[in-house]
Amino acid sequence: MSQTDLEIVVDDPTAPEDDSPSVVSSGTVEIFVCLLLLALAATLGYDNWRTGASWDSTGPEPGYFPFYLSVILGGGSLYGLILALVAHRAAPETFVTRAQARRVMAVFVPTLLFCLATQFLGLYVASFLLIAGFMRLVGKIAPWKSLLTAAVFTAIMFVTFDIAFDVIMPKGPLEAAFGY
Amino acid sequence: MEAFGLLLHGFAVLLTWKTLALMMVGLVLGIFVGVLPGLGGPNGVAILLPLTFTMDPTSAIVMLSCIYWGALFGGAITSILFNIPGEAWSVATTFDGYPMAQQGRAAEALTAAFTSSFIGSLVAVLLITFLAPMISSFALKFGPPEFFAVYLLTFCSFVGLGREAKHKTVISMSLGLLLAGVGMDTVSGQLRMTFGSAELLRGINFLVAVIGLFGISEILLTMEERLALRGHAASISLRVVLSVWKDLPKYWVTLLRSSFIGCWLGITPGGAIAASFMGYNLAKRFSKNPESFGKGRIEGVFAPETAAHASGTAALLPMLALGIPGSGTAAILLGGLMVWGLNPGPLLFVEHKDFVWGLIASMYLGNVVGLVLVLTTVPIFASILRVPFAAVAPMIVVSCAIGAYAIQNAMFDIWLMLGFGVVGYVFKKIGIPLAPFTLALVLGNRAEDAFRLSMIGAGGDLKVFWSNGLVGSITTLAIVLLFWPVIDGLLVRVGLTQGSKSS
Repeated sequence: MSQTDLEIVVDDPTAPEDDSPSVVSSGTVEIFVCLLLLALAATLGYDNWRTGASWDSTGPEPGYFPFYLSVILGGGSLYGLILALVAHRAAPETFVTRAQARRVMAVFVPTLLFCLATQFLGLYVASFLLIAGFMRLVGKIAPWKSLLTAAVFTAIMFVTFDIAFDVIMPKGPLEAAFGY
Repeated sequence: MEAFGLLLHGFAVLLTWKTLALMMVGLVLGIFVGVLPGLGGPNGVAILLPLTFTMDPTSAIVMLSCIYWGALFGGAITSILFNIPGEAWSVATTFDGYPMAQQGRAAEALTAAFTSSFIGSLVAVLLITFLAPMISSFALKFGPPEFFAVYLLTFCSFVGLGREAKHKTVISMSLGLLLAGVGMDTVSGQLRMTFGSAELLRGINFLVAVIGLFGISEILLTMEERLALRGHAASISLRVVLSVWKDLPKYWVTLLRSSFIGCWLGITPGGAIAASFMGYNLAKRFSKNPESFGKGRIEGVFAPETAAHASGTAALLPMLALGIPGSGTAAILLGGLMVWGLNPGPLLFVEHKDFVWGLIASMYLGNVVGLVLVLTTVPIFASILRVPFAAVAPMIVVSCAIGAYAIQNAMFDIWLMLGFGVVGYVFKKIGIPLAPFTLALVLGNRAEDAFRLSMIGAGGDLKVFWSNGLVGSITTLAIVLLFWPVIDGLLVRVGLTQGSKSS
């Protein structure tokens, strides 16, 4: 028999509110992105022009393709920029609300710190800190659960990659102390 | 029936305990990533790719493709039980799948979804078995101009037929092609766009970009949404399975139609998402009773699931036969091939027979095993959703970092991954499609090499792309597709067609 009366319910107490004010509109972000892409296209275009973007007897020089691609990228971004500037006067569409931005930052900042920690402490220590810290501080999960999950997951990763599959990860002082 | 003999040989390669075990591990991991919010087919495959770096290519591809099948199966579970499509291509499954679950017919809907997935994949695998060797042996005659024409066709069809704003597709694709060119130029050995940085000398690795674009950015996007969910639990009994299977012949038209749509859109870069919607809409249009769709009709589950899986599987055909991926996941598998030291393309069928036929055999076996596995373990996987996202998110981040680092043992790549994560997040939110970027990044160098080799061969004469009937027609078709929206518009104005609105 199928037991469809059973339900699975998961709550999200820290969900972003629906009426949170907008931080920035999609149009503004689009303008910003187009400007960045335009700058990138100009930089890469210049670099490739210097490398050599002409057509010699054996066909294109190394910079030929990337140069014209930069031109296409620049053209596309310019067109996008104009469209976004024109559309900007209409009703702005929300890119991200304040509550959403807070949640995204709650993942992005720890991820950034994790990358930094990996550089200095090695990947395993950093991943232990990330998982335990994130579960405790962002997820508000009981400390013992957070620490246990982090320790078990990190240990599984270490055994799977460094020992079983010989995929060597960056190490820090802690691993060095144990002779790895 | 040469293909048949080779296929049997493929099965012989597969039937070792080690491979079967890897297959099960792959399927379980795949269903797992398919069920979890914020992960999916391409992300799962990208993140788990490093596990396979030290395996032999056959075991590696078997495991990876099983992760892919698993993810395809897993997407249906959340759509039906929770009304949350785990994947974009499962959206159409929720239309009738969730109402069925609400009516207490969850087990029936799940059985229908898994069975139709299986049928869709099977049709596509049959197609691959017989068509791929033919295409690849034909493509063996290809020289650099033909290859460049095929690459051009792929790029142009993305721009011309894509549904996103054209300039955004162009931005995404040219950016991908540019980044593919960073590093040492393979023809002349000169450095390009490295700006004196030793880290950029290696170039921008495709897989690192993919892990950032799909893995990290997906986590950021998922966090934005309310993660509360409420759904039905279900277990499937043998009686339900048999009763659904007994009715299958009644729906043969729907199943066949969806399979064809899926195969077609999988081979061309239409993709599984378009296929699932088209399968659903056509089933509704041809139904005697279209109003009953959306209220829990079993055909509404059969149609999109069959099409999505047929498409997801058929996307591997051009990758195997020509070295051109038909979907994001196929592109990642292609990246994997290069890591294992295989050169994707028609030569694969000649030089690595064991690998190719092992892979094709694993598609058959993986789908059968997968079907049995999901039918028996649905309750366990549904309860994975009880695990709080705050625990899942950091684990995914760590897996992504491991994946990014392992590819070239470079710390710089972890930073690059983070950067691509931000780019992916912003691009998705302002509607710049990521698929053309991925495709361009993985094919960029091969396309440029093909072009420059043809130019060296032809003494810099562009006419080489129209030098014979084959290359000429591919090139012309590419240009027609690139300007398709314009041409279509002109045709409408002249009154020759009804326009593209009806399609």
